[in-house]
Amino acid sequence: MLIGGIAVITRKNPVHSALALIITLLAQASLYLMLYAPFVAGVQIILYAGGIMVLFLFVIMLVSIDRSIRERQFNSQWIVGIIAATALGGLFIAVYAKGSSIFPQHVLPAVENDNTQKIATMLYGQYMFAFEIASLLLLVAIIGAVVMAKKRI
Amino acid sequence: MHEILQYISSYLTSDKTPGVAGNMFWAFVYIMLVFLGLSVAVIAMNWLERKILAHMQVRLGPMRVGPHGLLQPIADAIKLLLKEDIMPAEADGFVFWMAPLIVVLAAFTVFVVVPFGPTHAITDMNIGILFMLGVSSLSVLGIVMAGWASNSHYPLIGALRSSAQMVSYEVAMGLAVVSAILMTSLNSEGTGTLSMIGIVQAQMAQGEWFIFKFFPLGLVAFFIFAVAMVAETNRAPFDLAEAESELTAGFHTEYSGFRWSLFFLAEYSAMIAVSSIAVTLWLGGWLRPFPNWLSGSPSDQIFSFFPGVTFLFFAAICFFNTVRMPKHPLFRIQTIGLAGFGVVLGLIGLVMFYPPVSVRVQDIFWFSAKVAGFMYLYIWYRGTFPRYRFDQLMQMGWKVLLPMGLGVLILTAGVALLQEKIWHL
Amino acid sequence: MLHITTLHYLVLGAALFLLGVIGVLTRRNVVIVLMSIELILNAVNLNLVAFSRMWGGLHGQVFAIFVITDAAAEAAVGLGILIAFFRNKETVNIDEVNLLKW
Repeated sequence: MLIGGIAVITRKNPVHSALALIITLLAQASLYLMLYAPFVAGVQIILYAGGIMVLFLFVIMLVSIDRSIRERQFNSQWIVGIIAATALGGLFIAVYAKGSSIFPQHVLPAVENDNTQKIATMLYGQYMFAFEIASLLLLVAIIGAVVMAKKRI
Repeated sequence: MHEILQYISSYLTSDKTPGVAGNMFWAFVYIMLVFLGLSVAVIAMNWLERKILAHMQVRLGPMRVGPHGLLQPIADAIKLLLKEDIMPAEADGFVFWMAPLIVVLAAFTVFVVVPFGPTHAITDMNIGILFMLGVSSLSVLGIVMAGWASNSHYPLIGALRSSAQMVSYEVAMGLAVVSAILMTSLNSEGTGTLSMIGIVQAQMAQGEWFIFKFFPLGLVAFFIFAVAMVAETNRAPFDLAEAESELTAGFHTEYSGFRWSLFFLAEYSAMIAVSSIAVTLWLGGWLRPFPNWLSGSPSDQIFSFFPGVTFLFFAAICFFNTVRMPKHPLFRIQTIGLAGFGVVLGLIGLVMFYPPVSVRVQDIFWFSAKVAGFMYLYIWYRGTFPRYRFDQLMQMGWKVLLPMGLGVLILTAGVALLQEKIWHL
Repeated sequence: MLHITTLHYLVLGAALFLLGVIGVLTRRNVVIVLMSIELILNAVNLNLVAFSRMWGGLHGQVFAIFVITDAAAEAAVGLGILIAFFRNKETVNIDEVNLLKW
């Protein structure tokens, strides 16, 4: 997964980057399976790898990239970017080194057969409002994307 | 040594699939069996398609290669393997190489959860149907990559059209699938299931196949899925993306030889995969006709003769055609070959009458028979319907199938709720 | 045999997050910046699901599903903006998004 992530940010060709992202997403789905979250893994494969990445590939093909492959690939503020990222990385390392004792030593194994049912009960019960708002958000995003990409409004 | 044998044979007495039972050896055996069965099925599909299309068009189809063209697929396979592997000069090498791989992987991984029987699946995931839909949507990626990597107009347009079509009809497929899943939750606990084996068991528990449930809602949902699945696999009448007269074979124009045969393999496997989704969700999976109504010993006995009788019927057709072969010395080899094939089929049929075998083979036989019916429907559509134009295709996907799917979903949910409230007062 | 604890998942999530941040801050191609944003969101999802496993409840997984939905919506809108921008400027270079520069 890390190799995929590194490949995403370092490839010159955006199509190769997109492929690396697909590999990362599929690896993430298998990590979800290891964490006993099969429904999230399934949703990740369908939505992310099968939907969003197709969208990305479409747009990459629409936007002509022949010029951009030959250009420089790192932008003009890359030094500041690397410094900021190093600072963030240092922060992460500090936090995780200090607090590594509060996490339990084993991931609790539990094979549940009704993960989907429990998630559904929660989605439609406790998080019903968030569910409806998410559908509204998707509607707004659809309208926004259509308006943005139209030639004449 | 003894415990290895115990490990291997412990599966035979369990009532779970090898994946759920954690038995690696049997999971591997099942994977090999499914792979083998799939290869045989694709080869048979190739021959059947050419013969059936030909007979629908009042001609004979391949007759030369083997008796009645039976060895034609093998000749095709040898030709494809020996062809030169061309790669366009400006093409993106890595992507060009990966694209057929991704499509084939997506098409074959789907079969991990296909249930051939209550314990005859490689594994029974909790999210079976979700996994199948998700992995079959990964093949869209492979097609887009194939079109892009070929670096020429026709494949690019073909790939974009094909992937747009597949993505659109995935939505309609998903809605139809959801309304079928809704019907699994009409049991006493009120919880449904996404696992493929659970869906068939729900159909058995509720006593009717979901295609007949809440008539006509199950039928409409099945119809939506049947149309969407033909569009999803880029088959006629939705095969604009790979039609020869339109786009010179679309996204796999630049592929030749072995890589093209990978696409071809993936297409037929995807057809079988979505047909098995349709069979599992609506047509009762591995259940024989009338499992509840006509249950009990005499009906079980009669229905258990079906596999053997089917194979004997095919053997009889072979012998009949052997007798009708031209009596010319040049045809001697073909006549002997056909007779031999008939003998093999007859032997398989006789083996299926033997009780221990017939008990195990029942579920697999009924499942395969239903999927074979769907394959025949695919070939029938190809021979009968004219091709859809691309805008008509997209219009139908979004403006006709999607509202129908939503309507069926809402109505199914409403009727299910009413049934709960009124019948279980 | 190394037990895979929650900490391992969190460190992996942090590493992915870092990679995504580096991608957003240093790449020139807008599409790759958007893909790095997706990497960041995935790292957050991994954290959520890992914590949901640690605490045993399913709230983290439900939240992760909502995050995936949001990521889809935002990717669509982002790509729409990209297409609109590309139509005007004919380039996918972030350095040339400088209409407001004084």
